[in-house]
Amino acid sequence: MSAPTPVPKAVANLEKTREAAILRCSGVWTLQGIPLLERHIAQLSWPASGAVIFDGVAVTAMDSAGAWLIFRTLRQIERMGLSVTIKGLRPEHQALLQLIQTHASGENAPGLPRHSFLNQLGRNIWRHLDEFNGLLAFLGEIAVAMLRSLAHPSRIRWRAILYNLQIAGFNALPIVGLLAFLMGVVVAYQGAVQLVRYGANIFVADLVGLSILREMAPLMTAIIVAGRSGSAYAAQIGTMKVTEEIDALQTIGVSPMELLVLPKMLALLVALPLLTVYSDILGVLGGMIVAQSQLDVSFTDFLDRFDDAVKMSSFLVGLGKAPVFAAIIALVGCFQGFRVSGSADSVGRQTTISVVQAIFLVIVFDALFSVIFSWLDI
Amino acid sequence: MSATNDPVIEIRHLHTRFGNAVVHDDVNLVVQRGEIFALAGSSGCGKSTLLREIIQLQQPVSGSIKVFGSELRGMRVDQATIMRRRLGVMFERGALFSALTVAENVGMPLREHTDLSSELIDEIAAIKIALVGLPDSAGAKYPAELSGGMRKRAALARAIALDPELLILDEPTAGLDPLSASSLDELVRHLKELLGLTILMITHDIDLLWGAADRVAILGEGHVLGEGTMKELSKSEHPMVREYFYGPRGRAAWEQTWNRK
Repeated sequence: MSAPTPVPKAVANLEKTREAAILRCSGVWTLQGIPLLERHIAQLSWPASGAVIFDGVAVTAMDSAGAWLIFRTLRQIERMGLSVTIKGLRPEHQALLQLIQTHASGENAPGLPRHSFLNQLGRNIWRHLDEFNGLLAFLGEIAVAMLRSLAHPSRIRWRAILYNLQIAGFNALPIVGLLAFLMGVVVAYQGAVQLVRYGANIFVADLVGLSILREMAPLMTAIIVAGRSGSAYAAQIGTMKVTEEIDALQTIGVSPMELLVLPKMLALLVALPLLTVYSDILGVLGGMIVAQSQLDVSFTDFLDRFDDAVKMSSFLVGLGKAPVFAAIIALVGCFQGFRVSGSADSVGRQTTISVVQAIFLVIVFDALFSVIFSWLDI
Repeated sequence: MSATNDPVIEIRHLHTRFGNAVVHDDVNLVVQRGEIFALAGSSGCGKSTLLREIIQLQQPVSGSIKVFGSELRGMRVDQATIMRRRLGVMFERGALFSALTVAENVGMPLREHTDLSSELIDEIAAIKIALVGLPDSAGAKYPAELSGGMRKRAALARAIALDPELLILDEPTAGLDPLSASSLDELVRHLKELLGLTILMITHDIDLLWGAADRVAILGEGHVLGEGTMKELSKSEHPMVREYFYGPRGRAAWEQTWNRK
């Protein structure tokens, strides 16, 4: 940021005479003037003992930054055991210097404390354990709230549930559908190259059916919903926390659990399985279209083979994961929303964490399911 | 009060409209160097809009606004940046950056606009924090950890970080208890004398108008309804101005001021 006019400068020269050292100051002691001076002053070689006279006759302008620099320099000289006399300063500059002097604290403001590596590591591990603990406690609270609602069905907020069903379920249809369709296309294409080589074209139905229904559709749908709705939950609740709306709800006597968390959880428990079936259908459709155009497998042949290849259990295995994923997404989204504290910055951070954590947990649980199902031989 | 003829802000024939709603209809105002000038008026009379136009967050439809003698309309970006260095703004709700500590908030304009070493910047920030009457320990805290009054003070410290010639305060005492409000208004006067500032403030606080302002303009119906010292304004014949002074709250503040004298 340079002004078009020549940059004003502050000047300080140290003259040593027999009796005393004189610091002759002149020019503009303001924010614009002092940057170079700061370095210059640090390099001045002060006499070992005696008196220093600060001569400010030629100082034409001074602001509080300039006054601070003078004060700081003089304080440093005094600490070296030299005596300091100020002369020639204009009255208004004198007053400013006085002001700085009365407000200067003994030492610089304390910085943020720094920790050693081990200390930091311990803190981080502790923080994660604490967070996990909090997540479990939150899960418990939701369970209790849910049981209480079941005991008093009149307290269930149907409007909120339906609203969330629309937002998280119905409004997600286009994007989930499109991605599921493309996924079916990709799986069939990748398979087609290999199948043609063995003349086993018809097995494309096995390939597409099993991979989409068992794995791809539930997993992809959950990941999309975690990104779409889990983040929205965290951001909404977090913002309400910052603006003290959560506190207001509690004062009015409305449980935030019942109004904000349960409807989201219940709506997602319904919406995600439905979305999964929907993406099953569109994924297989994508596979069928590729099968017809690349492998000469007609829709009728494909569906005949599909009937033999894919058992009902495969469909149910995929579908059965959806409610678990839904619970994870709603739980993590709401939990991270409630962990927001204080500021706008925190809302952003917790929202990011909610998405990463939800997707992480969804994939971990998917892996667990695979292991369990292979044990059970389903 | 130094009413030399050296205008810091000069507003001529200002018109502002939002769609069909007329906010300013021929507003004229002059703020002289070294004075505390207050803008008052009922809610929605265009005070805040006027302030946003002065600090170039918004454009008027027509008319001229001169700050430090240069016309704001059609100003180039680099000129506007230089202009912004010369004024400090304290927003109504503080607008402190929540991701930064108070000391970092105050140091931020210094870091952006000067080449000082970061050590010196920290020290200057600490001095400004002390100047507005915050304890040393406040510097390392985040805005969310401060009380409302402390947040206002921190916002004021950031506004005076660059030693601006013109300090603009939006509702400096709104949301404060009477004790904090009166100490803040004392602080504003104190800073004005020590740093030689010109202050433009928007306020509803009738005590602040009587206590701190050198001159006051009352806005209403898109015009300046009255302008002058509080004493002059209290003799005004305009019904809305009279309402302002002789409504129940205005009356109390008026009596209080007279009894003090």
